[in-house]
Amino acid sequence: MVAILEYDFMRRAFLVGILLAVIIPCIGIIVVLKRLSMMGDALSHTSLAGVAAGLITGINPILGAVAACIAAALGIEAIRKKIPKFSEMSIAIVMSAGVGLAGVLSGFVKNAANFNSFLFGSIVAISDFEMILVTGISCAVMLAFIFLYKELFYIALDERSARLAGIPVAVINFIFTILTAVTVSVAARTVGALIVSSMMVVPVACAMQLGKSYKQTVIYSVWFAVFFMVTGLFVSYYARLKPGGTIVLIGVLCLVLILLMKKVSTRFLLTKGEI
Amino acid sequence: MSKTIEVEDLSFSYGNEPVFTQISFSVHKGDFVAVIGSNGAGKSTLLRLILGELTPSGGKIRLFDQDIRQFENWPKIGYVPQAGLQSSVNFPATAEEIVAANLFSQIGLFRFPQKEHREKSRSALELVGMEAYSKRLIGELSGGQQQRIMLARVLVNDPEIMLLDEPTTGVDARTVQSLYELLAQFNRDTGLTIVMVTHDISRAANYVSRILCLEEGSLVELSKAQVESELSHRHKHPIKIN
Repeated sequence: MVAILEYDFMRRAFLVGILLAVIIPCIGIIVVLKRLSMMGDALSHTSLAGVAAGLITGINPILGAVAACIAAALGIEAIRKKIPKFSEMSIAIVMSAGVGLAGVLSGFVKNAANFNSFLFGSIVAISDFEMILVTGISCAVMLAFIFLYKELFYIALDERSARLAGIPVAVINFIFTILTAVTVSVAARTVGALIVSSMMVVPVACAMQLGKSYKQTVIYSVWFAVFFMVTGLFVSYYARLKPGGTIVLIGVLCLVLILLMKKVSTRFLLTKGEI
Repeated sequence: MSKTIEVEDLSFSYGNEPVFTQISFSVHKGDFVAVIGSNGAGKSTLLRLILGELTPSGGKIRLFDQDIRQFENWPKIGYVPQAGLQSSVNFPATAEEIVAANLFSQIGLFRFPQKEHREKSRSALELVGMEAYSKRLIGELSGGQQQRIMLARVLVNDPEIMLLDEPTTGVDARTVQSLYELLAQFNRDTGLTIVMVTHDISRAANYVSRILCLEEGSLVELSKAQVESELSHRHKHPIKIN
């Protein structure tokens, strides 16, 4: 057995990390295709307000983060509907409010170290409760994504035509908003609030460079996310680096390599006259 | 002949700016209607009202003899938006995936597509001559090919009415003609009712059966002779419509 897996905390980190690596890109691909890539950022920042509120009032900070994220996600959806031509503005508004609230509330938190652990996450310090929570939420998100696969695809492609086809767009959007909020808040605790949105976007960006269909892009996104997570945990353990940041940096490096390889291969095919 | 769309004294305004006032018309089963008018005359707005996306400030719209507020059978209406797939060219989806997406009403919520649904998607692509491109990403197709995919996406659902908003935008001249021929063929062979907003009346007039003109807040039906005379006047030489 690999030495790293002899430690209970690392086994937990791998289990939770892989579960999150499967569900985050499932949410991420829809978020990216709806052109709301910064949504993860807005939600994860707002989750910090919930964490601070939880720590102040003595409620579990993850539950505080979940509540804050759901409120923020519904807020984004409501503003998006009011100003559809500038939908990305909804993210900026909610993120500003979330960061402002988190900043004010953090001043009242007595244990600053606990609050800071949510900024960069602590995937190697997962409690029993957090492991059960992540496992339960991961199963729910996976099932929802599989059963709403065609509906989410059509809504992301063309919301108006999806409605005409008979899809209950408002209901599906509501379910997706809740799933996003719950995923982001739980992921914020483990990989960190500042990193979760990268986890949502980078694997999808890599997959979009290689995918030859929507289905293939979804599968590649999940594979990339799992690869980044596992490699990141190994590298961070042996190089004594922060796991959250390492995972994201490996993802970004991989994306840069894919883009470079694509450029080189396009140039090669052009010179050979094959395209 | 039965009426599929009935518009009665319809008025609409954006804020205090009236777009049209008390316009009325009917579209019968099997009609191929072109809606023309200058920019800002309200052609696309009229389609959005028929699709139930906007609420009229006055008047009534009936679809298949049912008031639009009670109408729920939207899969009977196919819609091809302006610029079609051009805003989604980077969307990582194949032609087949896009066409199959419109089969929701036949597959149902929480259900997965079966073999018969995949065959339907392939048949729809075959109808528009795009079966060879079924596995291609939409971003790899030309504007004209993308519009054919949009038509296949609508046709896969066996609609009774097809609404098209400027379907020839961004499409080269030769492809425009083949798109019109394709629409005319569906209209002729299957009795599909088509309502098409267009700027390109000189070409479209050769294929449509009726022409509605929206201008300065009112709507009039033009005969082909009137369109010929108007086009001849505009182009300063006689223009003949088939």
